[in-house]
Amino acid sequence: MKQNKSKKGLVIALIAIAALLAVVIVLENTLKPTSMLFTVLKKGAVYSLVAVSLNLLNGFTGLFSLGQAGFMLLGAYTYAILTVPTASRDTVYYLYGGSAVNFSLPELFGGGAAGLIVGVTLGLILAGLAAAFFAWLIGLPVLRLKSDYLAIATLGFAEIIRAVFQWDKLGPVTNGANMIKSFPTFTDFNIKDAGGQVVLRLSTFFPFLVAVICIGIIVLLIHSSYGRAFKAIREDEIAAEAMGIDLARHKMLSFCISAFFSGVGGALLAMYSNQVQAKLFTSALSYELLLIVVIGGIGSVTGSCLASFLYIAASEWWLRGLDEDPFVIGNIAISAPGFFRTGLRMVVFSVIIMVVVLFFRRGIMGDKELPNLFKPRKKSKQKEAAK
Amino acid sequence: MLKISDLKVRYGGIEAVKGISLEVPEGQIVTLIGANGAGKSTTLRTIAGLVKPAEGRIQLKGEDITGLAPDKIVTQGITLVPEGRHVFPDMTVLENLKIGAYLRKDSLEEDLKWIYDLFPRLKERSWQAAGTLSGGEQQMLAVGRALMSHPKIMMMDEPSLGLAPIVVKGIFDIIREVNRQGVTILLIEQNANMALKVADLAYVMETGHITLSGPGQELMKDEAVKKAYLGK
Repeated sequence: MKQNKSKKGLVIALIAIAALLAVVIVLENTLKPTSMLFTVLKKGAVYSLVAVSLNLLNGFTGLFSLGQAGFMLLGAYTYAILTVPTASRDTVYYLYGGSAVNFSLPELFGGGAAGLIVGVTLGLILAGLAAAFFAWLIGLPVLRLKSDYLAIATLGFAEIIRAVFQWDKLGPVTNGANMIKSFPTFTDFNIKDAGGQVVLRLSTFFPFLVAVICIGIIVLLIHSSYGRAFKAIREDEIAAEAMGIDLARHKMLSFCISAFFSGVGGALLAMYSNQVQAKLFTSALSYELLLIVVIGGIGSVTGSCLASFLYIAASEWWLRGLDEDPFVIGNIAISAPGFFRTGLRMVVFSVIIMVVVLFFRRGIMGDKELPNLFKPRKKSKQKEAAK
Repeated sequence: MLKISDLKVRYGGIEAVKGISLEVPEGQIVTLIGANGAGKSTTLRTIAGLVKPAEGRIQLKGEDITGLAPDKIVTQGITLVPEGRHVFPDMTVLENLKIGAYLRKDSLEEDLKWIYDLFPRLKERSWQAAGTLSGGEQQMLAVGRALMSHPKIMMMDEPSLGLAPIVVKGIFDIIREVNRQGVTILLIEQNANMALKVADLAYVMETGHITLSGPGQELMKDEAVKKAYLGK
């Protein structure tokens, strides 16, 4: 009976996700493509993925990491370096007289639409693997640490990685402190006709699709016996060990998987912003993500996604008006040149976040998932289970 | 079944267990009693693989298991019910039980039924977060969780800790019942009275040494034990 119920839940979830993706395609092809909505949707999807990956580590395994920006950087660079078209390499790497990597994944697979899809997919996977590999390397010494100490160590790692990627000697590969650009981005997924006119826009659909697939994999993992072991480690390491859960192995697994999806997220962020530059992956990015996870609810996947979109929408879109004089709400325009000026947005935003944290102590969702809100209360569930 | 010889355990420079030898025969309830700091918990933790011994050997059915990793030891058939219960508070009762069987690959249906028959209370509460259970129920859950791994030997660290006398009696009834169903039990207790009553074999531990041993009933009559542990 329980089996039936979970199967039904799965079907509903799949339908909801398919509907969401369909809505994205429809919106994208009906609204003006320059609308801020799409900025929010694209960046929100990317942040959702990274926030969920951080939540896997932080919320489900109880490992406090502040190194997510470092893993994103690794992913972003891996993707960018492998996918810049060979023809553009000389212009991108002009300071270093060309690139040391002289192939491009989409071209290796024959170029065109098929080459783009296979090349970019492979690029994303390799981006994840690069991040996961480094996570494994630093995990060996660092995962012996707990809570705050682990956070400090991972934060240090992210800073070191950022410095290394800006190192001049690595220029032919990383382009030093300069940006890498010209690689395939979201807009390359828009379907064009022979005249270069866009027939079907998929530039928002693409990050959604990737995020949905990756988050789906993470959710499956959380619901597997591995996920249960992760939660056991979070709740009580002593008991988990006594139950025969290999702490070191499971922590490493969670750390690497989290890094993998952060790497993929980093690559998507590079695609979103059309460029990669190491100086953008600061510790502030890690804090932002941590904030999203905390606001969404530690241990809630849907909470992280919800919080990502709200966070991006508020910081990038809804509060934009505060930065300009006069401030416009509907038909009213308020002019106060000294007050409404660049930076006010962030002040208001910080206050909102403080208020949210004060009133939602355990985040918007706590450790519940969105579907739980629609389910009958625990009592009736208990009776059903007893039958 | 379980044989420990000349076991020594050190924490840094401090020797907590100073060379003890004991035996746990199959199908019996064996208890280890002693005051705080006698080294009882350390002994159990060493058997479970959570602490590595400095010297000595631990054998299970003639096979050397000294210094194996905790997950290997659980697979060999030894589980520990840790002191202070240590249930996973934010996970449901059912999830807690499933974690107990983490290293098993076979079907759990029958064992869940077995545990629920043993502890009907847990069945009623199977969807409740373990942290919301009462102390006695948490202890039941800790025992149930340990049994889910199909142990040959279940080691219990102070199961009566912080529980009301009537609940303690219930826990000891359960210990007897589990033992009757074929699980060997190694129990450590400060509640010497209760422990000695159920034990087939008892060891008294003092500051890292075993000072006395014998059948539980016999030790209850021993003058020294009476004075030191039974308050008579």
